[in-house]
Amino acid sequence: MKDFMLLFRQPSYDYSKASQEEMQTIGKKWADWAGSIAAQGRMVSNGNRLALEGKVLKAGGVITDGPFVEIREILGSFIVVKADSLDDATTLAHGCPAIDRGGSVEIRPVYS
Amino acid sequence: MEKNEYLKQLFQQEFSKMVAVISNLFGLQYIETAEDIVSETFLQATETWEAKGIPPNPPAWLYAVAKQKTLYYFRRNNILEKKVIPGVIAGHEKYQEPEMPDFSDQNIKDSLLRMIFAICTPAIASEAQIGLALRILCGFNIDEIAEAFLSNKEAINKRLFRAKEKLRQEKIQMEMPAAKQIPVRLGNVLHIIYLLFNEGYYSATQNRTLRRDFCYEALRLGSMLTEYEKTNLPLTNALVALMCFHASRFDARETVDGSMILYEEQDAGLWNAALIKQGVHFLEISMQGNEVSSYHVEAQIAYWHCIKDDTTVKWNNILSLYNQLLLINYSPAVALNRTFALYKVKGAQEAIKEAEKLKLDNNHFYFLLLGELFSSVDKNKSISSNKRALVLARTDAEKQMIRKKMDALS
Repeated sequence: MKDFMLLFRQPSYDYSKASQEEMQTIGKKWADWAGSIAAQGRMVSNGNRLALEGKVLKAGGVITDGPFVEIREILGSFIVVKADSLDDATTLAHGCPAIDRGGSVEIRPVYS
Repeated sequence: MEKNEYLKQLFQQEFSKMVAVISNLFGLQYIETAEDIVSETFLQATETWEAKGIPPNPPAWLYAVAKQKTLYYFRRNNILEKKVIPGVIAGHEKYQEPEMPDFSDQNIKDSLLRMIFAICTPAIASEAQIGLALRILCGFNIDEIAEAFLSNKEAINKRLFRAKEKLRQEKIQMEMPAAKQIPVRLGNVLHIIYLLFNEGYYSATQNRTLRRDFCYEALRLGSMLTEYEKTNLPLTNALVALMCFHASRFDARETVDGSMILYEEQDAGLWNAALIKQGVHFLEISMQGNEVSSYHVEAQIAYWHCIKDDTTVKWNNILSLYNQLLLINYSPAVALNRTFALYKVKGAQEAIKEAEKLKLDNNHFYFLLLGELFSSVDKNKSISSNKRALVLARTDAEKQMIRKKMDALS
C-alpha cells in the first residue's frame, strides 16, 4: 500500500453564524468519516487542522488578509491515508463531508 | 479469615515493601539478596507464629527480624563497613548510626516509588518488566506467575533471572528520574501497569482469583502513583479511572463456572458501584489540563459502559470516542468496537457496510460481529458468519459462547 494525501477544499463560509448544534453535526460527520478510514487501519496521519484566519503573500510583496480573498475555495486541511492505488484512495474519499457543502477532495499520491 | 489466607496476604503485601527498602539501601545489584532475606524472614515468621501465635503487630515483627538478618548478612560480607557506611557518611555532615534498614512509612513509600521506576525501565524488554513487576512490585510467587502465563516454574525463574541480570548490566539504579524526565519515564511505568492489568483481565488461566489479584495489584500500583505529587499527573489518573471502570464489572462478566458473559447480557446489579464512583473521581482529575491520551479516551468509553440504559446519547458518545481512539491508537479490536457502536447509533444496514470494509478475515471477533449485525437482517448470513467465528475461536469459553448464540439463531 502507498500513501495518498487527501486535501479538502471548501467554499469560504462564515462559521461564526452557525449554531452550536450545527457545528456539532458537522464535527460529528467529519469524525465518523475519518473514523471509518481509521477503522480500516488506513489512516496514516490525520494531519493538522488549519485555522480559518491567515495571510497570503504574492509577488511584489503584496500581503492580503485571509486565505480566502479572491479565491472561491479555501484549503480546509488534509489527511494522509494508505491505499492500493489512486482509485482505491478516491474510494476512501467518498462520503467526505467537505463535498456536502459544495467543496471537493483532491487526492494526491505522496512520494515516499 | 483463615489463618493461612491471612499470612499469604500479609506476606504478599509486605514483600514488595521490604525488598524495596533493602534494595534502596544497598543498591539494586543486591535485589536477589533482598528477596532471600525477606523470604527467610517469612519462613521464620511462619514457624515462630505457628508455635507462639501471631504477634500484635505482624508487620513490625517482620521489619525487626528483616533488619537483623540484613545487618547480619551485610556485616558478614563486609559490605556494610566497606561500601555502605562510607557512602552514607559522605552524604551527611554528621554521621549518626542510621536506622538501617529504615522501615518507616515514608521510606517504604520512597523506596517503592524508586523500585517502580527501576523495574519499569525501557532498558529491558517489556515482557521482562512485567515479570519483575509481578514478582518484585506485587509479591506474586513464581507458581502464580507461571500459572497466569500458562508456563512453568523453570521458565519463569529463567525469565526473571535474565531480567535481573539485564538490570545489572544496564547499571539501573534505585533513583527517581530527574523532574524533566518524569513524564517520559512515567509513560513507560503506566504502560507496564496497563499491561499488568490486561494480563489479569484477559488471561487465559482458569484461576479467576489469581486473575483478579493481578488486576487489583495493577490498580494498587496506579493508585499509589496518584499519591505522589510528582507522579500524580492527568495521565496517571486517566489510567486509574480506566482500571476502576473495568474492575467494576468483575462479578458481572463471568458465570460461577468461569464462562464469559457478554456486556449486553450482564446483570448491572452486579456492577461494583463503589469502584465506578472512584473511577469517576479519577476521571474528573484526569480532565485537568489539555492532554488527551488513549487512557483518557478508553476511560471515557469504559465510563459510558457503566451506564446500563441504552440511550442515543450514550452510543453517540461511545462512537465518537472510538473514532478518536482509532486516530490515537489503531487496533483491530478498537475497529470492531467502533463498528458495534455505529450499529447502535445508525442501525444494522449502515454498520454492515462499514464492517465489510474492515476485512479482518482471520479474526473470530470480526465474524462474531458480522453474525450479530446480520441477525436481524439476514439469518443465513448470520449463521454462516458465526460458523466462521467458531472455526477461528481459540478458547473453549469462546467456542461455548458462540455455540450458544448459534442455538439461539436456529
